Amino acid sequence: MKKYIDTGKKDTRSGFGVGLVEAGRADSRVVAMTADLKPSLKMGDFAKEFPDRFVECGIAEANMVGVASGLALTGLIPFCGSFAEFITGRVYDQIRQEVAYGHTNVKLASSHAGITLGEDGATHQTMEDIALMRALPGMTVLVPCDFNQTKQATIAAAKFEGPVYLRFGRPSVPNFTDPDEPFEIGKVYNLNPGKDVTLIAMGHLVWEALQAAEALEAEGISAEVLNVATVKPLDEKAILESVAKTGCAVVAEEHNAYGGLGEAVAGILAANRPAPVEFINGRDQFGQSGTPAELMAAYGLDAAHIAEAARKAIARK
Amino acid sequence: MKTNQELSDIASQVRRDIIRMVTAAKSGHPGGSLSSTDILTTLFFSEMKQDPATWTREAKGQDAFIPSAGHLAPVYYAVLARAGYFDPAKLGTLRKFGSDLQGHPSVGHIKGIFQPSGSLGQGLAAAAGIALGKKMQGQGERAFALLGDGESEEGEIWESAMFAAFHKLDNLVAMTDWNGMQIDGPTATVTSLEDLREKWLAFNWDVIEAEGHDFDSIKGAFELARKQDGKPKMILFRTEMGHGVDFMTNNHGWHGKAPSEEQCAAALSQLKETLGDY
Repeated sequence: MKKYIDTGKKDTRSGFGVGLVEAGRADSRVVAMTADLKPSLKMGDFAKEFPDRFVECGIAEANMVGVASGLALTGLIPFCGSFAEFITGRVYDQIRQEVAYGHTNVKLASSHAGITLGEDGATHQTMEDIALMRALPGMTVLVPCDFNQTKQATIAAAKFEGPVYLRFGRPSVPNFTDPDEPFEIGKVYNLNPGKDVTLIAMGHLVWEALQAAEALEAEGISAEVLNVATVKPLDEKAILESVAKTGCAVVAEEHNAYGGLGEAVAGILAANRPAPVEFINGRDQFGQSGTPAELMAAYGLDAAHIAEAARKAIARK
Repeated sequence: MKTNQELSDIASQVRRDIIRMVTAAKSGHPGGSLSSTDILTTLFFSEMKQDPATWTREAKGQDAFIPSAGHLAPVYYAVLARAGYFDPAKLGTLRKFGSDLQGHPSVGHIKGIFQPSGSLGQGLAAAAGIALGKKMQGQGERAFALLGDGESEEGEIWESAMFAAFHKLDNLVAMTDWNGMQIDGPTATVTSLEDLREKWLAFNWDVIEAEGHDFDSIKGAFELARKQDGKPKMILFRTEMGHGVDFMTNNHGWHGKAPSEEQCAAALSQLKETLGDY
């Protein structure tokens, strides 16, 4: 299979920070906003280079989202950032009315998503954000897979006209995509053509899927790996073409079982081409404190679990 | 600047529009619409830099207005129509299937609406964003927002209050339709807002108090609100829910109820037709 090299673990939030500075250099309308989480969101470099375009909002996320909508109306391109919990669940109604229904050009920068936020525990480990954001008409949902892709996705989000939810995370994860490849919103990236099973993943679970594909290859199983970096709108054609070839799929996501990528893929297949699908996700439960690696293993989100799910899916064909 | 008589004539017609719209829709919010009619009439016809001919949602070269209490849609639509944003004949379609005039303001269909509103407490933040955006881009215009007093129980209002003062948004003018009534009764019995004046002062806003049914007082308040002193402005307009219709006045039962045909006729008999009914 195609070989992917981890060029050194990096956090995806730093990819966002670097991408934000580039987006800010390219377009003077780009504005960064945060609710007292500048270091966590890696907005420090942007704030230093563009102090007049950095808006500190204090610990008041609802107001931040509303202000972002007003800034967007005047022609600016605000990225408002917080932890995934506080930029979705806490402000869902503000996003719904001021951003989605109002269709304002606001970019919701969501860091520390998922269970791998780690030690802070379940209050901060949002596993429901994709469900909330997917359900909003007109919302574009991006979940890039590593540092390089998060940087490129940030640049792409700035150029895109309309509301965007951009999800990334806290821990350092393998960095393996082409640093110079521009991010295409709406594209499903086929990282490894295969014929026996399709591994569909988002975020840093794409790397786990690649590791699973390698393990499966050693057993003589050919796994196709799709990086779904745009969860909405989801490229149905790419999913259907792949499963038409392989006949079964595994969907892997760091998210609750309900409302995430798994249900999205299942819906597409059920409507067009029923096939066995296995699901790797956080099930329907809250997380707990621990290191990212401990939590990934305990909640069944790592390469070993993906490979096992692939064997099951193939057996069900 | 319109004379008080001219404003009074427009306001009387707007009140007739509100009563007829809500009666035809068989639902809606007449109480707060009638209490804020004189404020919005003065704002649009005498104070705001606005022009329906060149209006865009970006508010380039114009002031922006957000009705944060979106259930005041009837007065907002009537004032927009009478100010030339759309044909007043449309007013009769309020809340009807297929109409642009949704029960609460919605964007993208008719001119004059900057943001949707209806979920309370959010419009002040949006207006603050417009005010900040204008300052950041060196534009001199202002942003206005109308709040309900009951709406001010929402926590986000006070987040925005802190934000606007901290960012010195003296081009932001908020107005409270201080009619003292909300769905469950007088605000003083639901959850106390007192002392509203002291609260806004404590948040470091310029606070102006005015009589919301006295055009001299309203104009005077707007004049004071033009001051560029680094502070956002809050005008507390003392008003009466249902003002202009005797049986609706100061009666919280009219917050969100449509009049019957008979009540409609009784109300209209108290309101002079000045510009021609739609």
